[in-house]
Amino acid sequence: MNTAFLDNSWFRNIYCYLAGDSASCADRGYSSGFLPAGLEWLGFAITAFIIIFAVINFALGAVLVYIWAERRMLGRIQNRTGPNRWGPFGIFTSVADAIKTLFKEDIVPDDADRLLFNIAPIIMVFPVFLVLAVIPFGAGTFVLDLNIGLLFVIAVTSMSGLAVVLAAWSSGNRVSIFAGMRSVAMLISYEIPMALAVLGVIMIAGSLSLGAIVEAQDVPFLIVQPLGFFVFVIAAQAETSRTPFDIIEAESELAAGYLNDYSSMKFGIFFLAEFLATIAAAMIIVTVFLGGWRGWDPIPSHFWFFAKTMLVLAAIIWLRFSWPRLRIDQILSLAWKGLFELTLINIVATGILIAIWPEPTYAQLWIMAGINWAVFLVSIWAISKLLGTSDYARDDEGVHTLAYPVAEDELPDDLTLSKGAVR
Amino acid sequence: MIGIGLLKAMKVTMKNFIRKPSTIQYPDRKVGLSGAAKNEGESIPGMVSKTPGTALKALAGMYSVPVNVPQNQRFRGNEFTWYEDRCTGCASCAKYCPLGIIEIVTSPGGFDVQQGESYAIDVFDIDIGRCMFCGLCVEACPYDALHMGSRFERSRFERASLVIPIDELREALKQPSSWFRPQFEERKYNPFKDEHIEDHHRAGRHESPSAGELDQRWVKER
Repeated sequence: MNTAFLDNSWFRNIYCYLAGDSASCADRGYSSGFLPAGLEWLGFAITAFIIIFAVINFALGAVLVYIWAERRMLGRIQNRTGPNRWGPFGIFTSVADAIKTLFKEDIVPDDADRLLFNIAPIIMVFPVFLVLAVIPFGAGTFVLDLNIGLLFVIAVTSMSGLAVVLAAWSSGNRVSIFAGMRSVAMLISYEIPMALAVLGVIMIAGSLSLGAIVEAQDVPFLIVQPLGFFVFVIAAQAETSRTPFDIIEAESELAAGYLNDYSSMKFGIFFLAEFLATIAAAMIIVTVFLGGWRGWDPIPSHFWFFAKTMLVLAAIIWLRFSWPRLRIDQILSLAWKGLFELTLINIVATGILIAIWPEPTYAQLWIMAGINWAVFLVSIWAISKLLGTSDYARDDEGVHTLAYPVAEDELPDDLTLSKGAVR
Repeated sequence: MIGIGLLKAMKVTMKNFIRKPSTIQYPDRKVGLSGAAKNEGESIPGMVSKTPGTALKALAGMYSVPVNVPQNQRFRGNEFTWYEDRCTGCASCAKYCPLGIIEIVTSPGGFDVQQGESYAIDVFDIDIGRCMFCGLCVEACPYDALHMGSRFERSRFERASLVIPIDELREALKQPSSWFRPQFEERKYNPFKDEHIEDHHRAGRHESPSAGELDQRWVKER
């Protein structure tokens, strides 16, 4: 049996109630468990099932609420009311949507590779559940505190690229394949800045475990690692394909991208995975950069965690409805020319600071924060000067280029034509 | 500076987010406990004790109150108001209609046939499925017999039901719009305050003169 689970206080309480294993429950005062001796493995399995059931269903419920909240917020931003017919403030709208999606006809195209077509949504959704396994929702509340937690998160979330390319390819539809290629280019590009952005955090915390990272945040890493936070948030937005990086299935321009041929609950599962990934990304951002479940004492740690998560989600929705969507070349150049360099600068700066103070105290963390903020502002300024708007800058000397031919004598007097201009 | 545009965009969305929504919910809107109590004409505890079912319904967000959408009094609704007593059957409306959707069949009859005052109207059908609500028929009517209606809830499941037959025109609640009928506005009539004009004498441009006044105007003064 894997005793790592027994670090979890909830897991341990339920397990000790059921099994009363003398080796691991002696200090809890359970002389004998609910189950007869010799069935410890059954107690272990039941406990694991209960915990996993609770977490997954909580996540699914959270998705429904989140979709509702997003639509309400969208409505208010557009001066509408948003969904308001089902239940108080329309809170059951998502349920109605889910039922509608369930009852739609499930179409598999003739050209589709049936097996992969059916598997792709599952591959899309289950990494997100795996991510939820390592997130500490509160003090001592987690499914499993892996000692490689952050690495696990980054490794597992990269499965979404595989799911996207499988879905696109198995549809047997060239439009889907184009969209899938574009999506995978984006997803893979943003893996790199995302992984590199958290290196600074790992250096300061000295551990990959999410629990240890939360413990290390006497000063939230948002303050100590502004550059890492900046890059990580952008990369997480791209990884979960949220605006301004929702080129994967830009509703208004590209039909549905890679999930063109999906209908009914398969589409529903993709939809679910997208929103679940957003929630999971917000939870990771909170855990790694905003101090996780840490807060002020009389209020329980779970409240702090979920309050911060909701705040981050609200900010994500706000960004979504404020900013236009980027083109694919702009997205990729931002990842490779901008964010990649920023993460390297962050790693060098944090590395030097960590070489000076290997185990930073509270005061040293604040000094680090000051230096890192200076690095943040300077490097953002420099990178934006380098990348800048050079692609869109006009020629010097106010030379216009005409897009259509005109006769020489019809030209305005003050117009000088450049060499390459169309006459 | 680079990035300012993004912040400006966020400022705009936030400004709209905290604004009150500008939509009017129609035909009804969901209200909570306080709104339901107000609609029932009770206080909240009073409603909870007297009709707990209604209170539960309101709590679950399933209680709705109808929303009246007031329009301008000159609003051209898709129901017509027609006064048979004012109509002579001249069919000016049918002649002026750009779409030819008014069908009138008359026969000599009524009263004072010798002097040609009025025809008996057998058919007066308006096919509002094709109507564009230009109101030319109303402008053309010399006797103020036809008015635009002020109501707008005449959607039907079949195209054929969109024809307003003469019986419906006769029996309809007379709530004419004051479009092209300034006399209604002079009389402070507003169809959206549940007022209606059943008396055809009140629908005309002038007060109907008595026999003595007619005599004065047309005989004595000449």
